[in-house]
Amino acid sequence: MPHQLSPELRQLQEKVEKAARDAGLDFFTTIYEVLDFDEINMVASYTGFPVRYPHWKWGMEYERLSKSFEYGLSRIYELVINNNPCYAYLLDSNSFVDQKLVMCHVTAHNDFFKNNFAFQHSNRRMIDEMANHASRIRRYMDWYGVEKVEGFIDSVLSIDNLIDCHTPYIVPSSQKESDEDDEKGSGDAKIGRLKTNREYMDRFVNPEEFLEAQRVENQKKAQEQKKFPKEPTRDVMAFILMHAPLSRWQKDVLEMLKDEAHYFAPQAMTKIMNEGWASYWHSRLMTHNIMEPNDVIDFADRHASVMATSRTQLNPYKLGLELYRDIEERWNKGQFGLEYDQCDDMAAKASWDKKLGLGRQKIFDVRKIYNDVTFIDEFFTLEFCKRQGFFSYGYDRKKQEFLIDSLEFIKVKKKLLNSLTNLSHPLISIVDANFENRSELLLEHFFEGVELDPVYTKETLRNLFKLWTRPTHLLTTFEERPMMVSFDGENYKEKMLSRQL
Amino acid sequence: MSLRIHNDHNRFKDIVRGRIKQNLKDYIKKGEFISKQGNDKITVPVPRVELPQFRYGSRSQGGVGQGDGKVGDPISASPDQDAGQASEAGSESAEHSLDVEVSLEELAQMLGEELELPRIEPKGSRRIKNQKLKYNGVHTVGPEALRHFKRTFRNALKRQISTGTYDPKNPTVIPVREDLRYRSFKSVEKPESNAVIIYMMDVSGSMGEEQKELVRIESFWIDTWLRRHYDGIESRYIIHDAMAKEVDRDTFFHTRESGGTMISSAYRLCADIIAKDYPSQDWNIYPFHFSDGDNWSVDDTRLCIGILREQVLPHVNQFSYGQVESPYGSGQFIKDLRDSLKSHQAIALSEIKDKDGIYGSIKEFLGSGR
Repeated sequence: MPHQLSPELRQLQEKVEKAARDAGLDFFTTIYEVLDFDEINMVASYTGFPVRYPHWKWGMEYERLSKSFEYGLSRIYELVINNNPCYAYLLDSNSFVDQKLVMCHVTAHNDFFKNNFAFQHSNRRMIDEMANHASRIRRYMDWYGVEKVEGFIDSVLSIDNLIDCHTPYIVPSSQKESDEDDEKGSGDAKIGRLKTNREYMDRFVNPEEFLEAQRVENQKKAQEQKKFPKEPTRDVMAFILMHAPLSRWQKDVLEMLKDEAHYFAPQAMTKIMNEGWASYWHSRLMTHNIMEPNDVIDFADRHASVMATSRTQLNPYKLGLELYRDIEERWNKGQFGLEYDQCDDMAAKASWDKKLGLGRQKIFDVRKIYNDVTFIDEFFTLEFCKRQGFFSYGYDRKKQEFLIDSLEFIKVKKKLLNSLTNLSHPLISIVDANFENRSELLLEHFFEGVELDPVYTKETLRNLFKLWTRPTHLLTTFEERPMMVSFDGENYKEKMLSRQL
Repeated sequence: MSLRIHNDHNRFKDIVRGRIKQNLKDYIKKGEFISKQGNDKITVPVPRVELPQFRYGSRSQGGVGQGDGKVGDPISASPDQDAGQASEAGSESAEHSLDVEVSLEELAQMLGEELELPRIEPKGSRRIKNQKLKYNGVHTVGPEALRHFKRTFRNALKRQISTGTYDPKNPTVIPVREDLRYRSFKSVEKPESNAVIIYMMDVSGSMGEEQKELVRIESFWIDTWLRRHYDGIESRYIIHDAMAKEVDRDTFFHTRESGGTMISSAYRLCADIIAKDYPSQDWNIYPFHFSDGDNWSVDDTRLCIGILREQVLPHVNQFSYGQVESPYGSGQFIKDLRDSLKSHQAIALSEIKDKDGIYGSIKEFLGSGR
């Protein structure tokens, strides 16, 4: 399948990479492959990897991509994989200007993969790993049957957004100490003795029977407090892997899928930053180094279509690019720090220029140590928001349509941050794996004002039941009231609760 | 080159097919397909294909956009477009469906598999012949558009080698007039079995819009199924109240007459049509009659049975009578038919209560494979 890069493209690669290196980008070796549309649709359906485990969901994605390509609705110009060496795919029908732009874009992605902190624990041999997963799952399919293995994968994929994307960054050190603390806590010390000043009175005031009763009471309480898990855990996948009654092959499959979910998490955590970075650099490299005069119109056209904003959807390319440019300008002019923030004179603020020239260095620092949430939180400023014309919108139940609900900076920013939190997935944790003392699984949705989709919620509980093999429950909020949705293996049950448990 | 994805793609298509079959009953109920034919693609919503996950409802989330506008302005398109849902709230099960294109042909095949309908063995001696052109000959004359390049080249090469003008170092082959060859056609006769469907419908006052809708949907599926088995198929339409007349398809489905009901009038017309146009040794004949079962008189019913027994049943593959339930009709007619013609092989009777009944009724009509 791989097609040799034409000499023309090979030369272009050298040129782009030299310009990028001169500009300070630092990236893995890139291997480009040119694919036709069908092949690129296939690779895209496999989320960029040439080999994945057999599953119908890739087929569904392929169908969608092929259809929308056929109807001229969309085409994929490039694909790039976070791997060392970095693999990138180019569409063979791209014009030469497109290829130039795409190569610049890819090189910057590559730099981002290599340097951003979110990717520090990411597996740089994921292509091999994915292929290994595929052959292992294929072997299980040969052994246990396609339907059985695929059905299990279906259930697992239902919870593959329920991971704690921060687990790779947490150093497990404090955990053990806290365990010991808990043990000590339930000792003799807490037994409530009635006070007496006279020592000889003690055995009358606090007779042995009384103390014994207290001890029993305490033990009972301790028993009750012995919750499992001790603290709510957001890493549902890991919890199921550790504690659900699974056979060996099932555990293996679950673990593979968990690894894959963790591999993709950093990309979801840095979508805006990553696309913004790539767009910043393709624009910069094209206009400064790569483009020939006769490419200008085509480049401008392509770039503009990538940067198109929409009233309904946030364009991560545009937002990221503008933020990097804003940061660069602010740090070039010294528009930051206490003095600038406390300045009340709007005119002075607008023409503030200390000629520091720190912009370039700053954006390189930013691409290293921020992710989308912290990036927006830190650099999405009032001025920026106004200048770019952001607004927030919501569904109006009366008018049955989506309306702009605010232009206010604080509200817009809050909505933006909320939508990025936890990779845009609802926050759900396991609170009790021995619910009602019947080893039923109780999950809780941390409600932040956005309701869950009721149909999907039930279907997911059903799939979770298949893994846990005991009834599953979810506490959530529906129409502003706390509610518990349950699945007991046959039926769904919804119960309105008067108060949060 | 076969791509690895094709296995996954086929697997996906199997799953979708399975889901379509499960929901076939619901699709059949819908009247919206009936303007389609043969290879037309139709879009059916297939529920719950996507893998479920805990996720936010599309309505409650809202989002952040960019552009002009003030508070309270509607944003143009609805952001849940990509989910491909209808704009109205709808029932829960209608949401989260994936729109899948299938051809009517495929759907009919699935219908056949699901209802376990037998293949129909066409009768008749296939005496009707159809002429078809087949390009399988080669001639020395013909239009340039049909020039057979390979043959022409081969002839020219042969001639040059035999005359010694061919030079391997400069292998130019120039054809002259005699070398030229052209594709040519021959006409081939192909026997064909033909079929005619004669639809009859009671349009008396008691047949309301709802009843007609049932008839329309049911006859559409019957038509689709029969078309799978015959190359040439003709349809004739008869409506009747106290009088019968032949009409075109459009009128058949849309007229509302009123008045009494004399079913015998339709049967007589049907028998006439068969006798006149469709000699039964050459034609596969399928009369279908739909009514609410409320005939004018006992005498007329007796007359109907007589016509059926003597003039219709001996000639047709199968005579089908479908009785739709109507609030006005007595529904007596099907009982009378059942009593007097039950033993006859070529008759199929079915009662259609409502849209859900269509599915079962199709099976009753087409299950015998005649």
